[in-house]
Amino acid sequence: MKSLKSFRLGGIHPPENKFSAHAPISSIPLPKQLIVPLGQNLGVAPKPIVKKGDEVKVGQLIAKADAFISANIHSPASGKVLKIDDATDSSGYRRPAIFINVEGDEWDESIDRSETINREIVLDRQQIIERIKDRGIVGLGGATFPTHIKLMIPEGKKADYLLINGVECEPYLTSDHRLMIEKGEQVLIGTKILMKALEVKRAVIGIEANKPDAISHLRELSADYTDIYIQALQVKYPQGGEKQLIKAVVNREVPSGKLPIEVGCVVSNVGTAFAVYEAVQKNKPLIERIVTLTGKAVRKPSNFLVRIGTPITDLLEEAQGMPEFTGKIINGGPMMGKALSTTDIPIVKGSSGIVLLPQEESRRPEEKPCIRCSKCIQACPMGLEPYLLAKLAKLALFERAESGKIMDCIECGSCQYTCPANIPLLDYLRLGKQKVGHLIRTRKN
Amino acid sequence: MNDILLFSLLTLGLLGAIMAIVLYLVAQKFKVIEDPTIDLVEDILPKANCGGCGFPGCRNFAEILVKQANEQQNIDGFNCPVGGNAVMKEVASILGLEVQEQAPMIAVVRCNGSKANSPSKVIYDGPASCAFAHNLFSGEGGCQYGCLGLGDCVDACDFDAIHMNPLTGLPEVNDKCTACNACVKACPRGIIELRRKGPKDRRIFVSCINEEKGGPAKKNCSVACIGCSKCFQVCPFDAITMKNNLAYIDFIACKLCRKCVEVCPTDAILEINFPLRKPKPAVEDKKTSTEKTATVATIKQDTSSESTV
Repeated sequence: MKSLKSFRLGGIHPPENKFSAHAPISSIPLPKQLIVPLGQNLGVAPKPIVKKGDEVKVGQLIAKADAFISANIHSPASGKVLKIDDATDSSGYRRPAIFINVEGDEWDESIDRSETINREIVLDRQQIIERIKDRGIVGLGGATFPTHIKLMIPEGKKADYLLINGVECEPYLTSDHRLMIEKGEQVLIGTKILMKALEVKRAVIGIEANKPDAISHLRELSADYTDIYIQALQVKYPQGGEKQLIKAVVNREVPSGKLPIEVGCVVSNVGTAFAVYEAVQKNKPLIERIVTLTGKAVRKPSNFLVRIGTPITDLLEEAQGMPEFTGKIINGGPMMGKALSTTDIPIVKGSSGIVLLPQEESRRPEEKPCIRCSKCIQACPMGLEPYLLAKLAKLALFERAESGKIMDCIECGSCQYTCPANIPLLDYLRLGKQKVGHLIRTRKN
Repeated sequence: MNDILLFSLLTLGLLGAIMAIVLYLVAQKFKVIEDPTIDLVEDILPKANCGGCGFPGCRNFAEILVKQANEQQNIDGFNCPVGGNAVMKEVASILGLEVQEQAPMIAVVRCNGSKANSPSKVIYDGPASCAFAHNLFSGEGGCQYGCLGLGDCVDACDFDAIHMNPLTGLPEVNDKCTACNACVKACPRGIIELRRKGPKDRRIFVSCINEEKGGPAKKNCSVACIGCSKCFQVCPFDAITMKNNLAYIDFIACKLCRKCVEVCPTDAILEINFPLRKPKPAVEDKKTSTEKTATVATIKQDTSSESTV
């Protein structure tokens, strides 16, 4: 038997724990109040264009992007703007947000809310990019990079492949899995739209082999879309990393410090492809997303279709409450996500899942000295030396960390997962990346 | 046998002599002429190499001082915080100059969010680095301006002058502080500030840098500055400025009258090294003494009524 495609260097096999894989996507009742943070995308936060007391409809523009790397925000509910004030975000910091008191559910007239699938792509390339920009679509894999910028290929470069990332290699999370099963056709049309915008001939949807139902479903559907290929991939974390996916699917290596377009690839998440379909064919802005709420002790692990700005507390209620002895609430997957300090924070465009860890799993084991076993080096999918870089970051030797290519770290956490001495390698690497990034920026200016 | 001995002695001796001549010539050719006063100045400097003067190490500071003295005939604005006025005077006398006396400074921790005042809502068990935790989350107590209590300032101190108090979880500065600025730079939140030591080491400062409005600030910490500007109104010397819901006391204008401490409703203003409070004859204010005392009285009433509620 031929082994499945995968990236070569490193990688780990954490327990999958995909409890919510068979929970259909369900929507939750609208909360009384939505908190829509302004800084939801990578880059510059958009500026609010509504005032206190304004009436808004679902899908109405409420914050406009005026910088290059920025994305519009639309109202996820109809009602009245209560205030524009600071709200606690996932890290506990208070950042500006628009508070909306929900009244009814009145949608903007321009949005097509019918269930019919529009297969024909009528817009041309420029119009598609313009529409995606206008509808505030960002990458839903977690990085929230504005999608329209990804589609504007720089002068002199050419894209050969569009890769759609349906890998979902993070343990626990299943939102992309459910999306591919339930909205497979829309994802394929979204892929076609992205292909048209990028002017590429071939697209590959990469899916890890632990989702056979999604693979066979999309393969059936893709009979009508001959230029989209469904690629099953080996189950290995971090298969869904952008650079790892490119290596696995088209066997090209993105050079250090460069973007995927350097090797003729553009990578988008399946969630993004679906959002693009809705924006272009239905004129619907990015006002809701699928969020997995799961955990070993959660009574009802679920995949929710949630309006942006819904407090996590509401999701917990819908999943029959927070289980007793919950030690950590993680925003994102257990490998790359960050622990929350409160549940009163809203779902944003980049929230892919909420994972509740029981107390005994959430405590960090005691840190012991490094024994130079080099397991972290073997696990690093980027070919770095995590033990050394972490040490350099700890000792504030940032120039040496920079020459050790610390900026290539994708923060996947494989090193920390595999470390037998329980050293928080990723934490130190993140610290080092922040400092080195700061150094590089000051050098540029 | 003797021949061999003689021969080797001669060759080695000759070789040594030639090398010595070469070395001498090279040394003469590439001689570095250095002002001997630099060495004299460096001898006086404390050699802590802390960088508190703003230059990398005492040697470099000595070079800069001598250069300044030669070119500008003036070394005002240069100060060795570790040596203080005594050292700077000696340096100036070597250079044949005068220096202005500088008031001694000390590092001040402007956060009072101890475990009692700002109880922990979450437990942080990541690496003990404030720089890292600052980028990760707002803090165990929830205040995004407050001290993280992981001791980056303690690590930065070369003088054993700042320590964590395990009871409060806050750093405390002792008398060994030389105001070298290392902890100020190490704190990712800018909590530590260099302030004038004050007569008899007495200081008054707002022990909070929270710029949020009163409600959210008070929610996380009982001794937060809520920006009520009562201290601003009561100050007879205009030493207090209000900016972004936060009071700041200018340590040069402050005359340590302690009126602001009395009116602060959240006890955010701290007085250090003062004797226990007893009614003191108020400092006579020329212009609006009656008006000012009146406001003080009303505000006092306000606070008393608040505290009873």
